Amino acid sequence: MTRAGRFVPVLLALTLPLWLGSPYFLHVVIMAGIFGILALSLNLLLGYTGQLSLGHAAFFGIGAYTSALLTLRLEWSFWLALPCAVAASGLAGWLIGRLALKLRGAYFVLVTISFAGVIALVSVNWMDVTNGPLGLPGVPAPALGPWSLRAKSVYYYLVLVAVLIAYLVCRRLVASRIGRAFVALRENEALAESVGVDVTHYLVLAAVVSAAMAGMAGSLYAHYTRFVSPEVFLFSYTVTMVIMVVAGGKGTLAGPLVGALIFTALPEALRAVTSWQWQMLAYGVLLVLLVFFLPRGIVPALAAWRAWKAP
Amino acid sequence: MNGLVLGGTYALLGIGLTLIFGLMNVVNFAHGEFYTLGAYAAFATLGLAGAHFVAAVLAAIACGVALGAVCELTLLRPLRAESIDTTMLVMIGVWITMQNGELLLWGGVAKSIPHPFPTAPLVLGPVSIAPLRVFVLALAAGLIVASYLLIHKTQLGMAMRATFQDRDTAALMGVRIGRIHTATFAFGSGLAAAAGALLGPVFLAYPSMGDLAALKAFSVVILGGLGNLPGATLGGLLLGVAEELGAGYVSSGYRDAVGFVIIILVLLLRPAGLFSKQERIG
Repeated sequence: MTRAGRFVPVLLALTLPLWLGSPYFLHVVIMAGIFGILALSLNLLLGYTGQLSLGHAAFFGIGAYTSALLTLRLEWSFWLALPCAVAASGLAGWLIGRLALKLRGAYFVLVTISFAGVIALVSVNWMDVTNGPLGLPGVPAPALGPWSLRAKSVYYYLVLVAVLIAYLVCRRLVASRIGRAFVALRENEALAESVGVDVTHYLVLAAVVSAAMAGMAGSLYAHYTRFVSPEVFLFSYTVTMVIMVVAGGKGTLAGPLVGALIFTALPEALRAVTSWQWQMLAYGVLLVLLVFFLPRGIVPALAAWRAWKAP
Repeated sequence: MNGLVLGGTYALLGIGLTLIFGLMNVVNFAHGEFYTLGAYAAFATLGLAGAHFVAAVLAAIACGVALGAVCELTLLRPLRAESIDTTMLVMIGVWITMQNGELLLWGGVAKSIPHPFPTAPLVLGPVSIAPLRVFVLALAAGLIVASYLLIHKTQLGMAMRATFQDRDTAALMGVRIGRIHTATFAFGSGLAAAAGALLGPVFLAYPSMGDLAALKAFSVVILGGLGNLPGATLGGLLLGVAEELGAGYVSSGYRDAVGFVIIILVLLLRPAGLFSKQERIG
């Protein structure tokens, strides 16, 4: 891509709140950003190490609850609560990684689902801390010194910075020795191990980084909607993440972000046309069709098309 | 006793899932939806057409078998060469589609399925139990025995077992693998639908009932070991009783957590299942 080609999207992203008139569109973009971080985090596990986690909503929820509880009950500042949320999710990721990454494939998937299920039930039943199904209202919006970041146009920049950080962490990680180890594990675990790749070490590392990123997304979500309830653990969040990663292109850096943009905007667009049930129905059919026709995702398909057009 | 009723239907769910996984190497996330389908089929035949309960269960099984076969032929067969992740994603798509299709068709309000049994409990010495539950348990047991006979005594069952052990050799011996796959998926889906039809009148029928059922089925499969039929049966009964005890002695809010905790513990301590003698390679 040329220099100008790179410059235009950056300029667009930086000035977006200025020309995107409706706060509703801005809301969609902010949600796309939060889901973009989630998709990037899932992609690190699914796309690079080849392990599918269907418990990612748990890390998202742990981040959201940690951040909400710290700011509500202990009245900590958002800037302290965010790293704590990241750390708490990362710790949960470490635990699951240590325990579950002895297992592969379907077994790993099942442990992650069960883990998310247990965490969700705890959030519903542990009334004293989580306020049960009623959730935690009134999570404070972050403030920077005397300025509140409550306005959508300001929060947009916060999310933008977070997406950028997540993207750079992924890019740096993937391009490094660690990223090559991930891919080696995905392609042929026995061979990778025989040339000295420490399997458990790298898989746990991937799980920790991935969970920590999901926790960051959770914290941003909690302070954006300013309400946390057990709904953050809904399995549909995890499914949405998987669709975003697979449709965008797993194992690519841009894929999850493209997937997040499309699959946040698409349901909103569908909502204007049809009712909620039809929207979810269309979603399921779309997922089946995607696997059939673009099994490797949108970004790799685009890249292949471009290579074919300009040899 | 309630635990056994639950357990019997869990075993039906588990047997179907373990067969599909063991034989076809497909993680069937839509399994719970066939359970839901069965419950609604029973609702339609019992509540709307006023048929007999046994007829309703049979109708549910027929629906499950038919839709399972369609699913296998249109979606899974073209993807048989693909990796397990690909088929799993397709099944997640089927799951979302079916669940929302049911939501559209029947609405979000839970339906109570009428049944012809008296509500007064039967008292047998120290235990009392509703007649409906006795009937459900008996039918579930009958279906489990029927699946054993099918797998161990018929030619189809023999072909299924051969395919499970070694697909290529079975194919060389003249077993039509494609047909076996269709039959297995249809059979597993039929059992799931039967479980739905049996438990539907005990609880309520609602579109998202399959989610929990699918998780239960997965716990049963893990408990028993993949592809292990007696394991799945025992695992189902064990899970049902454990949940009932967990709900009774710990807290009813955590009833469903029992399944999750069992999944995690068994996978960590005995990944091959509780009842396996040696490592099975699926």
